[in-house]
Amino acid sequence: MKIVVRYFASLRDAAGCDEQKIETSAADADALFHELRAQHGFAWPTDRLRVAINGAFAQWSTRLADGDEVVFLPPVSGG
Amino acid sequence: MNHFTLSAIPIEPDVMRPGLRAGGAGAFVEFQGWVRDHADGRDVVGLEYQAYDVLANREGERIVLETLERFDITAAACVHRTGALAVGECAVWVGVSAAHRDAAFAACRHIIDEVKSRVPIWKRETYADGDSGWVHPEG
Repeated sequence: MKIVVRYFASLRDAAGCDEQKIETSAADADALFHELRAQHGFAWPTDRLRVAINGAFAQWSTRLADGDEVVFLPPVSGG
Repeated sequence: MNHFTLSAIPIEPDVMRPGLRAGGAGAFVEFQGWVRDHADGRDVVGLEYQAYDVLANREGERIVLETLERFDITAAACVHRTGALAVGECAVWVGVSAAHRDAAFAACRHIIDEVKSRVPIWKRETYADGDSGWVHPEG
């Protein structure tokens, strides 16, 4: 299935792009993160990040579907 | 009207305030977060805010709506900047009107605290020595 991953802040710097289209068999958000972590060398463990799917907060165990947009969220620093 | 908005251009509190006026509002409390020239002992010369727009708008809206339900207030709104900001610029604005001041102060404090901890917006600090880095608070 095809997934679109968007990156922000330090993850964007590490990935070297703000968006990545990926063909993957990752069953859930956790598996996708580990696949991309290996590819880009992300320093973050999942317990310091949150994940969003299609513009809503999700669980790491959330199943992925073809066409999903996934965002891994590092600790926020607005305000 | 959205209660929470992202703005790529300077925030204008004078434009925001009239939207919170009401005959029953005897109190108005506003918070402005400004870009500070130092952080953790380093001299800061500017900031960049990046937002995950779709989720930031949704989560920001949710925070203001929750606050309107939970506190005895009349109206509330919040605007957060994105893009490059210079020292002294307004990065975030919160306004709350209420019949009485206690609820207005408490609700304003609640909104800024929740926005800082929940809304997917990130800050990159640029330092006087030319270095820069994303701020990702611990825990």
